[in-house]
Amino acid sequence: MATQDIPQDVGGGRASLFYDPKVRGIFFQILVVVALVAFVYWIIGNTVENLKRANIASGFAFLNGRAGFDVSDTLIAFDSDSTYRRALLVGFINTLVVAAAGIVTASILGFLIGIGRLSHNWLIRKICTVYVELFRNIPPLLVIFFWYFGVLSVLPLPKESIELPFGSFLNSRGFYFPKMVWGEGSMLVPVALLLGIAMSWFVARRAKQRQMATGATFPVFWTSVALIIGLPFLALVATGFPLSFDFPQKSTFNLTGGLQIKPEFLSLYLALSFYTAAFIAEIVRAGIRGVSSGQSEASAALGLRSAQALRLVVVPQALRIVIPPLTSQFLNLTKNSSLAIAIGYPDLVAVGGTVLNQTGQAIEIVVIWMVVYLGLSLITSAFMNWFNAKMALVER
Amino acid sequence: MLSSHIKKTGNSLEKTEKGSWVMKYIISGILGAAALGLMATAASAGTLEDVKAKGFLQCGVSTGLAGFSAPNDKGDWQGLDVDFCRAVAAAIFGDGTKVKFTPLSAKERFTALQSGEIDMLSRNTTWTINRDTALGLNFVGVTYYDGQGFMINAKKLPGVNSALQLSGAAVCVQTGTTTELNLADYFKANKMEYSPVVFEKLEEVDAAYDAGRCDVYTTDQSGLYGIRLKLSSPDDHVVLPEIISKEPLGPAVRQGDDKWYHIVKWVYFGLLTAEELGITQANVEEMKASGNPEIKRVLGTEADTKIGTDLGLGNDWVVNIVKAVGNYGEVFERNVGQGSPLKIARGINALWTKGGLQYAPPIR
Repeated sequence: MATQDIPQDVGGGRASLFYDPKVRGIFFQILVVVALVAFVYWIIGNTVENLKRANIASGFAFLNGRAGFDVSDTLIAFDSDSTYRRALLVGFINTLVVAAAGIVTASILGFLIGIGRLSHNWLIRKICTVYVELFRNIPPLLVIFFWYFGVLSVLPLPKESIELPFGSFLNSRGFYFPKMVWGEGSMLVPVALLLGIAMSWFVARRAKQRQMATGATFPVFWTSVALIIGLPFLALVATGFPLSFDFPQKSTFNLTGGLQIKPEFLSLYLALSFYTAAFIAEIVRAGIRGVSSGQSEASAALGLRSAQALRLVVVPQALRIVIPPLTSQFLNLTKNSSLAIAIGYPDLVAVGGTVLNQTGQAIEIVVIWMVVYLGLSLITSAFMNWFNAKMALVER
Repeated sequence: MLSSHIKKTGNSLEKTEKGSWVMKYIISGILGAAALGLMATAASAGTLEDVKAKGFLQCGVSTGLAGFSAPNDKGDWQGLDVDFCRAVAAAIFGDGTKVKFTPLSAKERFTALQSGEIDMLSRNTTWTINRDTALGLNFVGVTYYDGQGFMINAKKLPGVNSALQLSGAAVCVQTGTTTELNLADYFKANKMEYSPVVFEKLEEVDAAYDAGRCDVYTTDQSGLYGIRLKLSSPDDHVVLPEIISKEPLGPAVRQGDDKWYHIVKWVYFGLLTAEELGITQANVEEMKASGNPEIKRVLGTEADTKIGTDLGLGNDWVVNIVKAVGNYGEVFERNVGQGSPLKIARGINALWTKGGLQYAPPIR
C-alpha cells in the first residue's frame, strides 16, 4: 500500500478526516478499484448491447451444437457428430501434446548444446555456436516452414515411401510405424514396468544411504536400467508374448493400418524444439559460466573427475541460475505453438478458428483462447516457481 | 435497457460507498460517458451516407480465386465478385473505380463485415440459414449458383473416376467453409473414411495439394476450375463429375440497414434486368433513346421517374452500372465464361428465359 504513516497532529482535533493520509490512501484505492469494475462492467454491457443490436447471437450455448467438421489429428474420439466443445477440447489436447513434447525435447537438446558450447573440443564448440546463432536469429514461423516445406514435403509420395526398419515408412504424408496390439494377459507388462520404476527408486535411496554411511558407491544407473527394461521383458516372456503388431500397408491412396505421425505435427514439434533449444542452450551456458571457477577447482582438489564435478557440483548450482529464464522459454514455446495454424496442425487456435467461423461467435472464441493460454502459462510458471524454490540455495 | 443498466450499477455502487459524494460524482460521470458512447453508436449514419462521405466503397473479396476475385498481373482486382463491387460503386458514385478491396480469408470475412471494416462482402460466400440469421448478415441474392466438387490428379490415380472411390484419401480443404461441413457429411453418408488436411488460406491449400500432401482437393466446382489453372501441371488434374452440395454464392451486407440492403440487392437485379432487356456496355447510350417503356423505366429516362431516387441513388443508376461493368451476362462471360481461361458454361446461371435460375423481380 502506498500510504505513509505521518505523525498525526495530536493536539488539533480540527483536522478533517479528508486530510488523514491513511484514510485518503484507502479512499483513492477503493476509488480506482470501483472505477475499474465499473469500466469492465460497462465494456461488457456495451458489447452485449451492440451484439444484440447487430442481431448477432451471443453466449456460450453454441458449444453444445454439432460440430459437423472433422479434425485431422485427434487423440480422443471425435467425428463430425461431436460437439463444438469437444472440438475445442481436441484442439486443446493437441496444443498440450505439442507443447509438452517440444518442452522435453528442447530442454534436452538445449542442455546438450549449452554444454557443447563450453566444450574443450574446437569442432563441437563451433558446431554448437553455429547452431545457436542460426536458430536464435530466424523467426519461429520460418523454422516451421523450413521443416514443413523444406524437409517433410519433399519426401516421396506414399507409393514410393522410404522403407525403414521394423516395418516403418516415411513419406510426404508423415511417419508410419507398426501399432502394438496387446493381447490377453498383457496387463502384467505395465504392472512390471511400474514395479521396475518403484524398485529403482528404492535402490537409489538405499544406495545413497549406504554411500552416506560407508562411502561405498553402487551402480544405481545400470541397475535401474536393468530393472525398468528387464522386468517388463520378463513379464512378456512369462505371458508368452501376447503382443502382435499392426503393420502399415500400402493401399490405393495412403498407407493404412499402423500408427501415423502427420507431417504437420512433426514439423511444428521439430521447429519449436530446435528453435527454443537455441535459447535454452544460451541459458544453460550462462548458468554454468555463472558458477565460480573456484567450485570446479575445489572439486578437482577433492579428487572428483571432471564429469563428476559437472554432475555433482557445477550443474546443481547452475540450475539455480537457469530455472527462472527457462520458465519464460517454456512459456514462449507454448505460446509459439499457436503458429500451428500456418501449416494446418489442429491446435487450439486452428480448431477454435474453425469453430469461430462455422458459428460466427468471435468474441466467445477469443475469450476461450485467452483464458486457456493464460491458464496454461500460469500453471507452467507456478510449477517452475515451485521447482525453483525447491532448487534454491537452502540457507542453514 | 440502457437506463436500467445505469440505474442498477449506480445502486450497487452506492451501497458499497455510502455517503461519498465524490464517488457518486465520478461514477455518474463515467456512466454518463458510457451512455453517450452508446448513444453515439446508435445515432451513427447509414452505410450509404458513410460510403458517400468516404468517397469510396470498401468491399471484402477473397485473397485470390481466379474468375471471382484475384489481382491480375498489373495488380488490378478482377473477377465476378470484384465486378459486382464495381457495379455497386457505379450505382452510387456513377464511377465504377471508386471502390477499395479488402482481401479476406474465409475465417475473417464475417467478422470484417460485422465490425464495419467493410461495407459489403462479395466473396464467393455460400448463403445458408445460419449465416442469414445468427451472424447478423443479410444475403442480397445469388450471383453464382455453384456446387461442391472434387479434383484429383488423374495421372497419379488413374483408376479413380468417381467421388465414391475416394475412401481412405487425404482431402485438402479450406477451414471455416461450408465445403468443410459438406465434405464431412458426404463421406459419412457414404460410409467412407478420409483424413482432412485443413488450411486457413486458399493459397496454402493450393500449395499443399500441388505438393502432393493430399490426394483430393475439394471446394466449389467453379473454384476447382480456377485452381486447376494455377497448378504446376494443370492437364494432369481432373474434376470428378459428382456435385455434392448446393452452393448459392452471393454478396452479403450487415443487418439493420434496410436502405443499404435494398441498394445492393437491386444492383444485382439491375445487372440481370439489363441482360434480359439486351442492354449492354456497348449499346447503353443508344438504349437511352429507346421508346420501349420498360427500358425507359430501367434506364431512368421516363419522365418524372422516382425509381432511382426512391432507392437512394440517381435515376441513371442502371446506366452507370452497365457503363462500368456491363450486364450480368457480360460480367459472367468476361470473368468465368468463354472470355476467360476458365471457360465455364452458363448452365444454371443462365437467365430464367434461357432455362437458368437467374431471375429478377420487375423494376417498376
